[in-house]
Amino acid sequence: METIKINIDNKNVEVPKGSTILQAARMNGIHIPTLCYLNLDDMNIENKPGGCRVCVVEVEGRKNLAPACATECLEGMVIKTHTTRILNARRTVVELILSDHPADCLVCAKSGNCELQTLAQDLGIRQITYKGAQSTYRMDTSPSIVRDVDKCIMCRRCEMMCNTVQTVGALSAINRGFEAVVAPAFEQDLIKSSCTYCGQCVAVCPTGALTEVDHTPQLIRDLADPTKTVVVQTAPAVRVALGEEFGMKPGTIVTGKMAAALREIGFDYVFDTDFAADLTIMEEGTELLDRLTRYLNGDKEVKLPILTSCCPAWVNFFEYYFPDMRDVPSTARSPQQMFGAIAKNYFAKKIGVDRKDLVVVSVMPCLAKKYECGRDEFKENGDPDVNYSISTRELAHLIKQSNIDFNKLPDADFDNPLGESTGASVIFGTTGGVIEAAARTAYELFTGKKLEKIDFECLRGLENIRQATVDFNGTPINIGIAHGLGSARKLLECIKKGECNLHAIEIMACPGGCIAGGGQPLHHGDASIIKARHTAIYEEDKNKPIRKSHENPYITKLYEEFLGKPCGELSHHLLHTHYFDKSKVEICIE
Amino acid sequence: MANIKITLRKDDVEKLKQVCKEFNNEPGELINVLHKAQGIFGYLPAEVQEIVSKELNVPVAKVYGVVTFYSFFTMKPKGRFPISICMGTACYVRGAEKILDEIKKQLNLEVGATSEDGKFSLSCLRCVGACGLAPVVLIGDRTYGRVTQEGVKEILAEYDEM
Repeated sequence: METIKINIDNKNVEVPKGSTILQAARMNGIHIPTLCYLNLDDMNIENKPGGCRVCVVEVEGRKNLAPACATECLEGMVIKTHTTRILNARRTVVELILSDHPADCLVCAKSGNCELQTLAQDLGIRQITYKGAQSTYRMDTSPSIVRDVDKCIMCRRCEMMCNTVQTVGALSAINRGFEAVVAPAFEQDLIKSSCTYCGQCVAVCPTGALTEVDHTPQLIRDLADPTKTVVVQTAPAVRVALGEEFGMKPGTIVTGKMAAALREIGFDYVFDTDFAADLTIMEEGTELLDRLTRYLNGDKEVKLPILTSCCPAWVNFFEYYFPDMRDVPSTARSPQQMFGAIAKNYFAKKIGVDRKDLVVVSVMPCLAKKYECGRDEFKENGDPDVNYSISTRELAHLIKQSNIDFNKLPDADFDNPLGESTGASVIFGTTGGVIEAAARTAYELFTGKKLEKIDFECLRGLENIRQATVDFNGTPINIGIAHGLGSARKLLECIKKGECNLHAIEIMACPGGCIAGGGQPLHHGDASIIKARHTAIYEEDKNKPIRKSHENPYITKLYEEFLGKPCGELSHHLLHTHYFDKSKVEICIE
Repeated sequence: MANIKITLRKDDVEKLKQVCKEFNNEPGELINVLHKAQGIFGYLPAEVQEIVSKELNVPVAKVYGVVTFYSFFTMKPKGRFPISICMGTACYVRGAEKILDEIKKQLNLEVGATSEDGKFSLSCLRCVGACGLAPVVLIGDRTYGRVTQEGVKEILAEYDEM
C-alpha cells in the first residue's frame, strides 16, 4: 500500500495514501470530535456531508479551517487539531447548534446516549451565548418511529441510511436555511410515506430527533393488572446485545440473565421467540421443499426462488416497491407473529385463559415489529395476536426501572412449552442465519439422511450480497443472501430480469441482520460492536444441545397436539399470511 | 399519495413523459426536468412530482426536497397573468417596494398568492437585467418600465376585460 508522510500535532507519521485527515488522526491515537460523520466501514455505510464543521482542523498554508472528515491528506501536510482557533471555532459551531435545540435533556429519550450532549460535555460548554429564534415543527408519531424534528441537527445520517443504504426514499431534506427539515415527501406523516419502519434512521440518529414509540408505560400497567396474564417472547438478537446497556462487552451472551430479569419484572410466562423461529423453519422449510420438489420434477408453474418473509420491514419494502412479485416470498408469518398465534390460540386454551385476557409482549431488536403486530390480518375480532412489541433498549429501561441489578442476576431458563429452542433458531438473529437454519432441516427432510456437518460456513459472513451452492446429497441448491434493503433491491432486480438462478433467498432489511436492528443498543458508528454480536450468535448456536429446528421436542409435540402437519389446514390459518399491493399512487388523468 | 386531488390533462402528462425521455430518464437531470415540467403545468403539484419521481426513478421525497429548495419552483398554481416585481438594487432604490405595496392594495393579494379568480398571482424577483428601466414590473410576458405608484392602476386596467 502506498503511504505518504504527514505531520499531525507535531508528530511525524506515515499514513496510507488517500486517507482523510480524520482517518489519519484516528490511526495515530488522536481523537478529533465529529458529529454528522458516520462510518461503518466494513458494511459500506458512510455519511460525510462535511456539514456540521465540528471536525475542523488547521492545515498549514491554508487560510480556512478544513473539515477533517472530508479533507484528504497530502504529502508533507502539517496539521494541528487543537489550537485555540480550532477550539473556539468548534465551540461556536456547537453553541450555534445548541441555540436552535430544545434544552430538555433531562426528559429526552436520548439523554445519556446523545452524541450532541456528549460533544457539548466534551467541549465543556456551560452556557449558550447565542440567543435567537428556535425552529419548530410538528411531532410525527407512526406505529414504530417518533419524529421530533426540533431536535434534528441536519446531520443527514437518516437521509443517507434511508436513501443510499436502504433505497427506501422516505426521508429527504426539504426547504432551505432556517426552514430546512428532514421529512417525507410533501411533508406528510411517515405513515403515509414509503417508510418500511426498518428503523435504521433511528439507529444512526445522533440526537433525540428520531426515537421509537415507547410501549413500556402500557406494559407496566398490564403487568399490574390482576385480570391479565402477561407473557413475553424474546427475539434471538436481543440476548447478544442487551448486556451492552449494562456496561458489558459487546457480544456478551446474556440469555439466562435476560430470562431471570423478565421473571423479576413480573411476566407470568417467560417464553422465547426462538421457539417460534423453529416453527417458522418447519413451515417455511416445508414450503421451500414443496416448491423445490415440484420445480425439480419439471413443474413450470412453480415460483422460484422462494424468499424468506420473517423480516417485517422487508415485507413492507416489497409490498411497496415490488408488489408484482408478492407471490414469490414465502407465505410463512414471521416468528413474532407465529408465536402470537400459537400463544393466543393454543397456549391460552391450555392454561384456561380467554385470549382477550392474555397479553402477548415481544422484545425485539426491531422497530418494524411494532408496526407488524398492529397489522389487521394478525388480529382476531380486533384482538392482536401480539399486543405490542418493545425494543431491546426499552427492555433495558424497564430492567433499570424495576431496580434489578442485571449484572448480578443468576441465569434462569425460559418457561415451557413455548420457551424451548434449538441452535437453528438462534442464528435467525444475524444475516444468513434463517437460510442456514432452513438448510439444516430441509437437507434432512429432502435427502432422508442425517446432516453430518451442521455448520454451513459458506452461508455466513457480512458481505452485503452473498451466493452459495449447498449440496443436498447430489442435488445442488443455489442460495442467495442479501441484507440491507438496497442489497435486497439489487438482488430482486436480478431476479426480475431472470439473471440469477437461485432456489432460495434470505433477505433481512437491516445491514447485518437483526443484530444491527433499529431497536438495538446504539452502535454510534462502531462496526466492531455489530461484528461482536454476529460472532456471539454463532457461539450461542454452538452451545445449544439441539441445533436443528425439526428436532425441537416441543415443536414435535405442538404438531401432534394441535397443528397436525406443517403447511396443513390449521397452519395455513394461523401461521401463514398474504401480502398487499401498497405501491398505489392514484393520479387522476383525463 | 393520499392528499392527491387534482386532475391532470392526458396531453400534458404525455408531454411530461416525453420530456423525461428526452433527458434519458436520468436521475441527475431532475432539476432540468422539473424546470420543463413547470413550463408545461405552470406549477408543480404533488401529482406531477409523483410522475417525475417514477419516470426518473428518484424517491418522491427527494423530488419534493428539490422543489422546496429552489424558489423558482412553485407548488401553487400561478395566475393567468403572473405579476413579478423586480426587487433588484436598481429597482429597489427607485421605489419598487412602493409599487409592490400599491399592487398588493389594488388586487388585495399577498406575495406568493394567487387571486381567487385565478387571474393574477404575485411574486418578487431579483433583477431582470433591465436596470435602465427601473423600477420594472413583469405581467405575463409583458414588461413595464419606469412604473410609478400612480401608474399601477392604469396598467392593471389593461387586464380588466381579459
